[in-house]
Amino acid sequence: MTEHLVDLAVIGAGPAGLAAALAAAEAGVRVAVVDAGVRPGGQFWRSPAPGAGPFRPATLHHGWHWFTSTDDRLTELAGTGRVLRLAGHHVWSVQAAGDQWAVHCVLGAEPRQHGTSAPVTVHARRLVLATGAYDRQLPFPGWDLPGVITAGGAQALLKGNLVVAGQRVIVAGTGPFLLPVADGLARHGARVAAVIEANSPLGFARFPGAVLGATGKLGEATGYAGRLLRHRVAVHHRHVVLGALGTDRLTGVLVGRLDRNGRVRAGTERQIDCDVLAVGWGFTPQLELPLQLGCATHLDVDKSLVVTVDDDQATSVAGVWAAGEATGVGGADLATVEGRIAGLAAAASLGADAVADGRPLRRRRSSLRGFASAMHQVYPIPDIVLERCSDETLVCRCEEVDAGSIRRAVVDLGATEARTVKLLARPGMGWCQGRVCGFATACLTARHTGRAVAEPDLRAFADRSIATPVPLGRLAAPLADEQPDGDGG
Amino acid sequence: MSRPREFEILFDGTPLSCRDGWTIGAALTAAGVRSWRTTRHGQRPRGLFCGIGICFDCLVTVNGQPSLRACLVPANPGDDVRTQKGPGR
Amino acid sequence: MPDRPHRTGTTTSDLVVVGAGIVGAACAYYATRAGLSVTVVDSGPITGGTTGAGEGNILLSDKEPGPELDLALLSNRQWRSLADLPLDDTTFGRTVELETKGGLVVATGQAELDGLARLAAEQRELGVEALAVPGDRLPEFEPHLTDDVAGGYQYPQDMQVQPMLAAAHLLRLARRAGATVLTHEPVTGFLCDGERVTGVRTDRRDIPAGAVLNAAGTWAGEVAALAGVRVPVAPRRGYILVTEPLPPIIRHKVYLADYVADVASDSAALQTSTVVEGTGAGTVLIGASRERVGFDRTTSLPALRQLAAGAVRLFPILRDVAVLRAYRGFRPYCPDHLPVIGPDPRAPGLHHACGHEGAGIGLSLGTARLVTQSLIGEPPEIDLRPFRPDRFGPEVSR
Repeated sequence: MTEHLVDLAVIGAGPAGLAAALAAAEAGVRVAVVDAGVRPGGQFWRSPAPGAGPFRPATLHHGWHWFTSTDDRLTELAGTGRVLRLAGHHVWSVQAAGDQWAVHCVLGAEPRQHGTSAPVTVHARRLVLATGAYDRQLPFPGWDLPGVITAGGAQALLKGNLVVAGQRVIVAGTGPFLLPVADGLARHGARVAAVIEANSPLGFARFPGAVLGATGKLGEATGYAGRLLRHRVAVHHRHVVLGALGTDRLTGVLVGRLDRNGRVRAGTERQIDCDVLAVGWGFTPQLELPLQLGCATHLDVDKSLVVTVDDDQATSVAGVWAAGEATGVGGADLATVEGRIAGLAAAASLGADAVADGRPLRRRRSSLRGFASAMHQVYPIPDIVLERCSDETLVCRCEEVDAGSIRRAVVDLGATEARTVKLLARPGMGWCQGRVCGFATACLTARHTGRAVAEPDLRAFADRSIATPVPLGRLAAPLADEQPDGDGG
Repeated sequence: MSRPREFEILFDGTPLSCRDGWTIGAALTAAGVRSWRTTRHGQRPRGLFCGIGICFDCLVTVNGQPSLRACLVPANPGDDVRTQKGPGR
Repeated sequence: MPDRPHRTGTTTSDLVVVGAGIVGAACAYYATRAGLSVTVVDSGPITGGTTGAGEGNILLSDKEPGPELDLALLSNRQWRSLADLPLDDTTFGRTVELETKGGLVVATGQAELDGLARLAAEQRELGVEALAVPGDRLPEFEPHLTDDVAGGYQYPQDMQVQPMLAAAHLLRLARRAGATVLTHEPVTGFLCDGERVTGVRTDRRDIPAGAVLNAAGTWAGEVAALAGVRVPVAPRRGYILVTEPLPPIIRHKVYLADYVADVASDSAALQTSTVVEGTGAGTVLIGASRERVGFDRTTSLPALRQLAAGAVRLFPILRDVAVLRAYRGFRPYCPDHLPVIGPDPRAPGLHHACGHEGAGIGLSLGTARLVTQSLIGEPPEIDLRPFRPDRFGPEVSR
């Protein structure tokens, strides 16, 4: 068993985590950066292994220079012993241990592959949780066909392996994230047959203040749109995918146009051939670690369960800060600002001096949050997708639970909240523990009980006392629950 | 940068070309393979979905070890990758 | 939890059941079958308390001779007869995943095995089937069991049920027979006529009733206190580990002999005894830990670690099997480990069915039968005196 003792453990090496780690380390604090990824950068700055092929960051990445300079600086600090970089560390539990936190990890690209390899525990006086988010999904007929993947999955294949997901791809769902996905695929040789966007960027006209406040955000989107035009990629606004077609693999999708009331306009349904559909409906923050620690949460504008933080990014639990998508989906720029604020605040709480004046950072955060809030309102999840779920539509992919089983748990058996539906019909009880179907099950439960989705519904699918699968033999081995005598790292 | 190293892995006995640094999931996808698992109840085909280790839909048997996430496991020369049926055991 | 408009109006019932867990559900079902009009009220959702965190044990094997075994035998018969009840296109038993798979208790040493033999002999006299299985024959029963066991006993009458489905379907059957189920509606007090309890008050309404049944599980002490009586039910925390889905490799509910001793123990400190069983869903459930730490909801890694270690020791094949989740529940524990069942002489009109500790799923149906017999004035099948609510002195230490 390996143990490390540091002042601050930052969990996550994406935009928020890297910013937090660097800010705290430069303030003099000894920091461990704990991340499941093999290389730093999180989902946003995911990069390929050197042998994967010719990597041109500009074709895939935004803010790459900030990332590499931050990463280089952290590597320098690692050389001095100030920073401990722990890649391939999947955190399965965070616990209070005396006046410290114990961060328990299993190791490897896929830890299960290594069976009962030696575990690692990081002991830290403070925590910054920068656990990020993953694609939010909604069920629709045929979404379990091979060839239907998440938009983030298509992006990860490209960024992490330089592999395009298919020959002829449709990118669908909602939100500005769809554009860089389509752009990246088109630039790397895929034929992007269409982008099917449920909403319209014209909605930003309702939020002029938010757009002006976040300079650059709209320009970014315009850049993608221009390039998609050059690649002859049609972007269909106010369209949704109604179904994925094929028997054992995807051969096409059925799309339709939405009318003013969000209904599918009669006669607009048409079929588009494709071998891959990359779909995403915004993002779901990863909250198992904040929930293990008992951090307060709330529902954000986009109906995501997020960690509640104060002006310093401090959570409701003393000694724990949170930053990035875990505190509200808002993109990499906002995440780096929040991460820096969190890192500085955690450093200050440890008595570090040379803490920078945070006022400009807070102003920047405020305008970026304003933009994120506008974005969520411009790109809401259209009701039509869940309304069109028939009893036969699969909802839980792991346990193969259909929408009818969820409806019957409510209507016949008297479930009134998502946790009860989970106990009675098993959605969210399989391998992924509700990470994929949790949001949809919560929304369907709320629909059948005639109310809006509520915080406990989402908590029922995010509260996991074991954050990643751990082999029984590994769990059985002794853990360092107590504070170690000295520094093992 | 030197030219990428290439090697072969086996998928259900068929050799597939793979670049060093790819995951098993990337190698299968690059070869046009879309599914490598069947579900426990409906025996439905599944493959890559979330691509980042969240959904566990891409579970595959590699060198005899079942239920590994293809999107996370790095490919190594000669890996024996097999379609996984049900729980894989 | 969900916002709902404030309701006015009054429901009058023969019986108000406080608690929509397995015990409340079973009592509601049996009472409606006996012709009573029933209202069930719960502060949360159905099956939201300890029932929602249970393994679904219906056991005889772990019961020492005494009132609890008598109740378990009665309950076992009730489950077997209810299993055949036609429901939808199938039976109640199939719908609630009732499995008559039997239990297997194993001993690691000869002294433990001798202890099991003594227990089995006593249990057999009361009608429990217990078959001695010598160590070399255990693989026939459980092929993957460690060979580091001296022998064991098979208990064919032990069963397992999916407890949440069982409670939900009992409530559904009760509703079909006219019962009303009110959820997310905390009981805030009792309606009284002098000494006599005449109903409950919730945060939304008054519900007058001929009788009130306290089936509030681990929270039954608080409900009793609203009526001015003391029922010392305290939480005894337990964890269960759930593995990845597997082919059916574990056939029985398998546990080590020390489980019986742990269940009966009075210690507040963490105790674990290994209990391993497969489920219809393919997952393997691993218990059982016991500790008295109030309603502490933080995860105890020492408890999870001990459970995992015990399971791997008993079934080495599980070493590389992944744990997908762990969940906790709070068993309703009484100082003498017996439930509280029957009318409360201190508050006429108030009845109790609570404090079943870790056996509430199994004991629910027998409890419901006794409660119903008592409510309609029939002599209860089993002497209720060991379960009487006023048996605890005022100063019982927790």
